[in-house]
Amino acid sequence: MKRYGEHRFPGKLFVVEGIDGSGKSTQLMLLHQWLQSEGYGVVFSEWNSSPLVRDTTRRGKKKQMLTPATFSLIHATDFADRMEHNIIPLLKAGAVVLCDRYIYTAFARDVVRGMDSKWVRELYSFAVKPTAAFYFRVPLEVAMKRILEGRNGVKFYEAGMDLGLNDDPEKSFHIFQGRILEEYEKMVPEFELTTVDATLPIEEQQLQMRQIVKARLTQAKRLRVAP
Amino acid sequence: MRETYSVVLPKLNLAELTGRLIVIEGTDGVGRSTQIKLLRPWLEQQGHAVLDTGIRRSQLAAKGIQQAKAGHTLGRITLSLFYATDLADRLENEIAPALRAGFVVLTDRYIYSLMARAIVRGLDPAWIHNVYSFALKPDAIFYLRIGVDDLVPRVVFSSGFDYWESGMDLYHSEDMYESFRKYQTALLAQFDTMAKEYDFTVIDASPDIHAVFERLRAGISRVLKGEPRKTLFKGPASEVDVQDAGSTEVSAVKANSPSPAK
Repeated sequence: MKRYGEHRFPGKLFVVEGIDGSGKSTQLMLLHQWLQSEGYGVVFSEWNSSPLVRDTTRRGKKKQMLTPATFSLIHATDFADRMEHNIIPLLKAGAVVLCDRYIYTAFARDVVRGMDSKWVRELYSFAVKPTAAFYFRVPLEVAMKRILEGRNGVKFYEAGMDLGLNDDPEKSFHIFQGRILEEYEKMVPEFELTTVDATLPIEEQQLQMRQIVKARLTQAKRLRVAP
Repeated sequence: MRETYSVVLPKLNLAELTGRLIVIEGTDGVGRSTQIKLLRPWLEQQGHAVLDTGIRRSQLAAKGIQQAKAGHTLGRITLSLFYATDLADRLENEIAPALRAGFVVLTDRYIYSLMARAIVRGLDPAWIHNVYSFALKPDAIFYLRIGVDDLVPRVVFSSGFDYWESGMDLYHSEDMYESFRKYQTALLAQFDTMAKEYDFTVIDASPDIHAVFERLRAGISRVLKGEPRKTLFKGPASEVDVQDAGSTEVSAVKANSPSPAK
């Protein structure tokens, strides 16, 4: 069993992190497009998407059965399935793997929910260390504005309603995201996250991202697939 | 006061957990559930309220584990974490409430089986110890011990060989009998190691059901009376393989074992 650290697989792993409304998914989508057009074998892996575990998570959320402990463990189970069956084989095959959210999301959420921070980090120690992890730094108010304008209502666990912070979902969401943001900030030095100023124009953020990704790709052997 | 192996789950007040947590451990087919069926009415006749629980019985994860296992496609880390989810759900929603209400909780296996399986499958012991470091330390762990040669006929003449209990995910090339022997031998070795580390009360499970029951009863009576650990036998717990039924055997009253996270 390998512990968290640099992997020696031929593939590359890029992940995006940040609070809801930081624009990370948009940036990852643009990166995906660009890498594909450049001829790389790119695969996208989403948080919380394991077919084996998804039903349990969905049921737990729907019936509001999840506590901080089971919320943490069921997400770790989901992640483990993706790691064992998806991400590692792809990296071995030389693919460029893109993850929307990674272990840092779990560290932030679980710790805010009251789980022991060392315990959670050790729990995920089977994860492969990303080639680069981008953290989209955004002030809370900016992210809140983007989120609350863009959709109708936040979900129970998304808003941290299980913590009983506030009876109003919007207020609860605000407090919860604020605490998540604090956890992310602590992780920037701890895990050497590459920060991107998420208040800059979209194009500019993407340009920065592509420069960093390009540098990491050329260091290794070319992984181009024939057109 | 009640302790955990290291971390304490949020909102869990250990001081309130005044009941008794008694673990029955042992490999597949050793007769754990048969004993629990006998123990429950016996305890109730004496006026103890009993909760019996066991692995893969949680509302949250039992169904998911069953479905995932049916496909034989679960990775070993995934499987371990799925079981940990199951345990956490039962700990918070069944075991802790029952202990709070002063029940005797009898659990058919606990973290030790789950850790043994993970370690046999090649996972890092330090990792799996950390995963389960939120578990409550039991008041006593009774380990029903049996050798592979005694185990095989029991399994063959009851349920037959099961894919997972035979470790077929580990030894693909073997037939089920060979695989079962290898897998159970490896598990038994892990249990023997843990017997020392976690202070198991070892009970020889090769005699008939009633002889084993007598020994369990004597051990549990002592735990419920809060009697201190007997010091008739000194040395590693795994050697406390008692020959005589009755009150001479040694029991672990409190699992004062070190934190598995270390």
